[in-house]
Amino acid sequence: MSLLPYLDIGLASLVIGVAFFTITARDLFASVVGYVAYGLLLAFVWIRLYAPDVALTEAAVGSGVTGVLLITAGKRLGELKNVAPDAEPEFTLKLLTGALAALIAGALGAAILALPDPPPSLAPEAAAAADGAGAGLGNPITAVLMSYRSFDTMLEKMVLILAVVGVWSVGTDKAWGGAPAPLRQPKPYAPMVFLAQILTPVGVLIGVHIFWTGANAPGGAFQGGALLAAMWMVTMMARLVEPPRIDAKWLRPALVAGPAVFLVTGLAGELMAGSFFAYPPSLAKPIILFIEAFMLLSIAAALPLLVAGPPIERPDQ
Amino acid sequence: MSPSVLAGLTGATLVGLGLYGLILHPHPLRKLLAFNLIGSGVFLVFGIVARRGATAGFRFDPIPQAMVITGIVVAFAASAIAVALILRLSAESDHVTLKPDVWTRPPGGNTR
Repeated sequence: MSLLPYLDIGLASLVIGVAFFTITARDLFASVVGYVAYGLLLAFVWIRLYAPDVALTEAAVGSGVTGVLLITAGKRLGELKNVAPDAEPEFTLKLLTGALAALIAGALGAAILALPDPPPSLAPEAAAAADGAGAGLGNPITAVLMSYRSFDTMLEKMVLILAVVGVWSVGTDKAWGGAPAPLRQPKPYAPMVFLAQILTPVGVLIGVHIFWTGANAPGGAFQGGALLAAMWMVTMMARLVEPPRIDAKWLRPALVAGPAVFLVTGLAGELMAGSFFAYPPSLAKPIILFIEAFMLLSIAAALPLLVAGPPIERPDQ
Repeated sequence: MSPSVLAGLTGATLVGLGLYGLILHPHPLRKLLAFNLIGSGVFLVFGIVARRGATAGFRFDPIPQAMVITGIVVAFAASAIAVALILRLSAESDHVTLKPDVWTRPPGGNTR
């Protein structure tokens, strides 16, 4: 008798328990901390589903960067006065909402239990297609992201740029061109500065490694880029560096480099291999790594800018 | 119960919990958090369908996994825009709330 099923049940109950805490916690900060822990636990569930790439992304982006975003937002909201008192909803409303939520969760659960067996699958086809186009990559996820469904991945990078534009445009007119507010207002703690100084070089090294190894093993540009982004945010939180002015000369090329290189390479595929986003098989791996290197740069630039928020007006401007 | 069915039921529960928080919490950031909870529940359900779809000979189906990775990043981008909107709205109205009657400002008032 194996121990694994019990571990699975324990893990599932932990995930649901922490999610429950996240929803019911009284305090915003406690709720966000609960959410970060929840994301890390969810990463374990993904590992159990043989999805280490998803687990890495969930841990880095879903829990880590989103957690920093929400904690920073909570701090900035806390500086405003007049936080509306949380009017407690009426009991009947609570009951109705609970019933609705239980109904939807129950219907979803019933659908999962009623899934056909054996399941219909496109996996063999997809694996064959991914093998053909992304030849030379040992990691099928990277092959799918960069070759079989490369158009999706490119559009997703563009979504990141659009999100940065969206966040910037929420700022006031006068602040345009300035820098976002620092991630931490008061003077930083000495331990935070120490952590940033020690952790950043190691983190950057690991981030680049995860990107490089992503061709053959779990990892890739998303996960590596998120780690580089996290290192930049740590140094910003320690006030070793400040968020850049949004009209900085280097910033916009860094943001668009990933999708731009991707698009140009895709167009070149038309000439070299006969179709949009096709790579000549002998060169597929170097080309994919070349595109991913620029994507890594763009992701590492975009995520911290999304967390830093719109530019603000400063007294010295 | 296989790990994928268990994970699927976990996903379904998460969707329910998130929906409850999304509707009932008055604080906009808490609503956003609950919405992210729904999102990760949906990813999990999608993920186990992929896991089941990987029939004999495959340990997993790479395409749904790649789509979930894309989805997580896009969900973060959307959350960042939502946070920016919430912060600006609160700065404009001096109230952290989504109640429409609180934000309306008299015309010709403070135009920042």
